[in-house]
Formats: sequence, structure tokens, C-alpha cells
Amino acid sequence: MRWLLRKDLLILGRSRLLLVLLVVYPVVIAVLIGLALSRGPSRARVAIVDETPPGEVIHLGGKKLEVDRYAHELLSQADTVEASSRADAVAKVKSGDVLAAIVIPASLVARVTSGSERAPLEVVYNGNALEQSLVRSEIESDIAKGNLAFSEQIQRVASSAIEGLLRGGNLQEVGVAQLPIGLAAIPPTLERIIAREPPGKTRTQLRQIDEVARFASQNLDSSRRVLAAIGQPIAVKSRLLNGRRTPLNRFAVVVAVSISLMLVGVLLAAGSVALEREEGVLARLLRGLVSREALISEKVLLAAVCSFVLGLALLAGIGIFVALEWSRAGLWLAALAAAALAFASVGVAIGVLAREVRAASLLALLATLPLAFLALVPAGSVSGGLDHAIDVIAFAFPFRSALQALDCAVNDTGPRLWVSLAHLLGLTVAYGLIARAGLARARASL
Amino acid sequence: MSVALSVRALAKRYGDLQALHDVSFELSSGELIAVVGPNGAGKTTLLSIVAGSTEPSGGSFEVSSGRVGWAPQRVAVYSRLSVRENLELFAHLERVEDPRAAADRMLEQTALAPRADELLAHLSGGNRQRVNVALALIAKPAVLALDEPTAALDPGQRERLWEFIMGLVEGGAAVLYSTHNVSEVRRHARRVLVLDEGELCLDATPAELLAAGGEPPDGDLERALVRFLRGGPGAGDGEVTGAGPGPGSGGEGTGAGPGGGEGTGAGPGGGEGTGG
Repeated sequence: MRWLLRKDLLILGRSRLLLVLLVVYPVVIAVLIGLALSRGPSRARVAIVDETPPGEVIHLGGKKLEVDRYAHELLSQADTVEASSRADAVAKVKSGDVLAAIVIPASLVARVTSGSERAPLEVVYNGNALEQSLVRSEIESDIAKGNLAFSEQIQRVASSAIEGLLRGGNLQEVGVAQLPIGLAAIPPTLERIIAREPPGKTRTQLRQIDEVARFASQNLDSSRRVLAAIGQPIAVKSRLLNGRRTPLNRFAVVVAVSISLMLVGVLLAAGSVALEREEGVLARLLRGLVSREALISEKVLLAAVCSFVLGLALLAGIGIFVALEWSRAGLWLAALAAAALAFASVGVAIGVLAREVRAASLLALLATLPLAFLALVPAGSVSGGLDHAIDVIAFAFPFRSALQALDCAVNDTGPRLWVSLAHLLGLTVAYGLIARAGLARARASL
Repeated sequence: MSVALSVRALAKRYGDLQALHDVSFELSSGELIAVVGPNGAGKTTLLSIVAGSTEPSGGSFEVSSGRVGWAPQRVAVYSRLSVRENLELFAHLERVEDPRAAADRMLEQTALAPRADELLAHLSGGNRQRVNVALALIAKPAVLALDEPTAALDPGQRERLWEFIMGLVEGGAAVLYSTHNVSEVRRHARRVLVLDEGELCLDATPAELLAAGGEPPDGDLERALVRFLRGGPGAGDGEVTGAGPGPGSGGEGTGAGPGGGEGTGAGPGGGEGTGG
């Protein structure tokens, strides 16, 4: 086997393009991912057209909001640019200068302060589905925050007014003069008056007024608490079952490394097996010079070592930009090795089917990329039958397990590392057996 | 001479296609047998089975010692390795005692020493074929199976290769080779196996093939082969369907003409044959 391995390394060393790709690829990808993750997301450019009269102010509960300033503050996640008119904003969107435009209508202030009508904001956007999704989610998120801020302000004003009604005093926020007595003070005052009043019709009427005042006072107090609750009716408390929460950027590192491992392992293994057939040497080797098992092991080892080194270089490179736990490097190595072996084994099984390197490469790409993306589909996000089918595919193909193993090893996301490693080693053996059967078939047709 | 290769009722089926049917013959040390026949006759299948590259569906074969040296019809070498690296790699895989010395020997014998460090991808078709044949010889096999070894060679290269092969035969090697070049058969082979549609139609000397094809002793062997395969004069009529392995060989031969006739015949060397 070592002579075959030496031969393949010699051939690999002479395939300059492939060699350059193997060296340059991890460096470039590591730098790109590292820079992308360490600098945070860029903000979408959004144009704002303010059609309200200059200096327009929203008065809300005694507070003043300048529309012009508020519009820019509202879109905190976006990079806002001014547009002179709606037509100018639409032109900016069409030209791709901005991803979207927000038109603030002249009637905004009147509608907000009316308290009975919704204030319409027009959003104009363009671009592909991804850009549309990005801009919509950013703008909707910002507007939701703005709406929440408005509703909190309204709730504060309402709460203050209720407090004024209950306790008496200043009610300027809602445009009412000072109340000499609060609703809450009426029942005890009435009690004292009723006690001095002789029995009769007046006393009975005073008693009825007292009851109404008590009822109103108690319910207004309750409505104040209700108002506080409807501002944010649902409070979220998250609890992660296993491991610790993985920041999205560190999960992205693991996805990038897994995809790189897969591409290099599968393509290299498939290509090196197909090369034996393309050169016509497979028939020479399999007539007793090399056993099928030795040939498969050699190809798996070659591709696994190359993809392992690449994966490690990629992780180390990204580690310069993104904080990774180097104390877990031993677990990284185990996860990388198991994933590299499994992907290489898949590659050998694919390579056995193809008669030439180009066909093997094409087959490897066509087979692996869709399966990898299927494995990234979150559980339960598609209909039941499809979900089961995806689970079966994810179980039969090493990508999901590789991702889990690397995520556990790099990000300490739970106790599934050893299960994933065992699954990957099982898949290595299974695909090795498939490749062995394929070689027997290939030999019969040589 | 001792039997180096014994083939008994060899058969190969690919699905519905019977590529080889009940083929039997023996090859002695120091003997060179040509396998001829039209395309698809089963020549490559026969040689690849004998070489151990293809599993037979039926029958058996026995090699007196070691593994058969094999040069497949399609050149089977690593294009991105040099001549020396190819030779040394296969010497290692064949478990030759001193791979480097074996590679040197083959470089010398094939006159490729000046190009030892060139990649195969940079060599001409003829030189690649020489390396292909050299790989078959690297372990000094007692039996050689060469599938159309001179197909891609120019006359000068063919001549050098034949000198080389005949030297091996004189040294005691048993050579089984397939070819479409009938003049080479007449010049070098002592026996001819004629295959057609997977069946061994004739096992005879070139002279007997001439007679079977209705040609005089100094006639055209290619014409004789074509006539024989078409069932022409003397083919399968029971007159000259069996032939001995060649002058002075004293072996036995079996022949079967496409005409389906039966009979027995005696080759010039005195061997006995049974036609069927």
C-alpha cells in the first residue's frame, strides 16, 4: 500500500493546479471567513424620503418627537441616505444604489397623534430573493421596534392619566386641567359624608354613588396593570437543553470547515480512484498485485489526510480572526479525522462508479452538494414525510454528523461528539464496503 | 519442453454474450503462440483471463510458476510518472527482489534508458507501448500474455520489440500474443490459435492455416485466414482441421472449422490433432 500511496503523492505533487488549489484554498477561505465574521455584518443602505412639512413634531404624552430625527433613529440597523422625493428614492432603488427606500407620508403626524388611525409607511425595494428578504427583515424589525417604542410611550401616557384620575393632580399630558380630587379618594370622602347624613333618599343616592366610585377606582387600578402587560405581552425565557449556546458566527466557522472537508475529501478520493481506471491501470493492479481492500484503504487514507490537513489549516487560520477555544484542539483533531475519513470513503465509492476523472468529479459534486444542503435544513421546518426523508439522507451521508462532531468539538455544544464520531466511523466502513463491491463489479467489466 | 500454461475449457460470459466458449490449449516454455481472429472474437478476453485480470465464467487454467506477465491492449501506465518510476512501482508491487536493478534492466532491454526520467505523458505512443510491455516483463515471468503489443509501433520499433520478445522466447519464456498483423504471425509464431465468436476454431501451425485457407505453402496467410473464417476451402471439412503445434514440437493440437466438419489431421511436426 505504501508504494501506491507514494505514487499518488508523487502524482498529486505534479498536479500543480490541484496542489496550488489545496494550499491556496484554505488560506483564502480562512481569511475571507475570518474577516467576514470578525467585522460583523454590513448594514443595508436604505433611502429615506420625508414628505412631512419641515420641522414637524409629534406630541405624545407631553413628549416631542422630531419626525426627521426619529426616522433616522428608527432605522438603527440600516445605513440611511436622504432622498429628495419619492421618485428620487425609487430611482436609487432601481439603480441598486440602495436596497430599499422608505417614504414617510405627509399625514404621518396627524395619524399618529389621532390615536385612532394607523400611520402608513411605504417601503419600496428591489433585488433578488435574498436581498429582498434581508431588507424586509431589517426594516420590519426596525419598524417593529419603533412601534413598540410608540406603544410604550402611549402606555406610559395612559398609565399616567389613570394615575391622575385615581389620585388627582396634574393631567397636563392628556390636555386636562388639574383634578382637585382623585377617584380613589372619593369613597372614603363619601363615607364620611354618608355617616353624617340622616337616613333617607339622599343617603341612599350617596351610597349608590359611593359604590360606583369604588367600582371605577378598583377597575382603573387593574387597567393600569393590564396596560403594563400589553406593552410586551410575551416575555421570552430561553433554556438550551445540551451544551451551551453557539454564536452564529462560530457555527458558520464549523459549516465552512465541514463543506471544505467534504469537497476536498470526496473529490480527491473520487478523482484518484477514477484516475486508475482512466489510465487503464486498475486492471493491472487488481490481477493480484494489490487487493481491493488495500487499494480502497490507500485511496481513503490519501484523501482523508489531505482533507484533514486542509481542515486543520482552515480552523487554525480562522482562529486568528475569531476567538476559538484552542484548549479543545484535541477534540478538533478527532472530529476532523473522523469526518475526513468518512468523506474520503464516500469519494472512493463514487470514484469506483466512474470511468474517468472528469465524470467522477462531476458525479461527486452532483451527489454531495445537494445532500450537504439537505443536511442543513432545520428539523421540523418542512412537512412530515419530507422531514423523514431528509433525516434518512442525513443519516446515510456523513455531512450532518461531521457538522455535529465539529460543532461539539469546536463550540462545546453538547455530549453528542462521541455519537457523531462513531456514526462517521460506521459510515467510513459502510462506504468502504460499497466501494469494495463496486471494484469487484468494475473488475468484471474491465 | 515443459508445459508453462495449461488452459482447459475456458469460458466467459458477459450477460447474454458468450465471449469465450470452451477454449482449451497448452503453451510450452520457449514457445510463442499467436492468437488471431476478427474483432470481438474473444482474443482480449482470453488473454486477460490468463493474465488474471478477468475472472472466467467457466473452465480453468494453470500456470507452471509465478504470475503471468501481461501487456494489455490499451497501454496501462501512469502518465504523470516517469518511465523509471512506473517500472520501479510495478517492480515493488510484483515484489521483485531488487526493484531498482529490475527497472535498470528493463530500461536497458527496451532501449528507454535515455528517456528514463521523462514522464509517460511526454512520450510517443510507441514508447508508451514499450513501457507497457516492459511492465509485463519486470518480474521475469515464465509466461507472457501480450495483447496486440505492436499495434501502435512503427516498423523500426516493431522490429526492436520482436527481437526482444524472441530473445525472451529463446531464453525459455512462453509467449501468448494476440495480433491483427498476420505477417508477424507467419514470421514469428510457431502456432496459431484462431478464435471466432469466442470459439477456438483452429490450433495449428501457420503452414496448416495456409492449407486450411486453401493457399499454397508460400501463399498469403491473411487471405488464408479470411477464407478459413468464411468457411472457405479446407475449412471445417474434416481434411486439415487439426494440426500439431509446429515443426518438431511433437505436441497436440485441436482444430474446429467454422464449417462444423469433423475429422482428424496430422501437423507437419508429427503432432496429432482432433477436429471437431
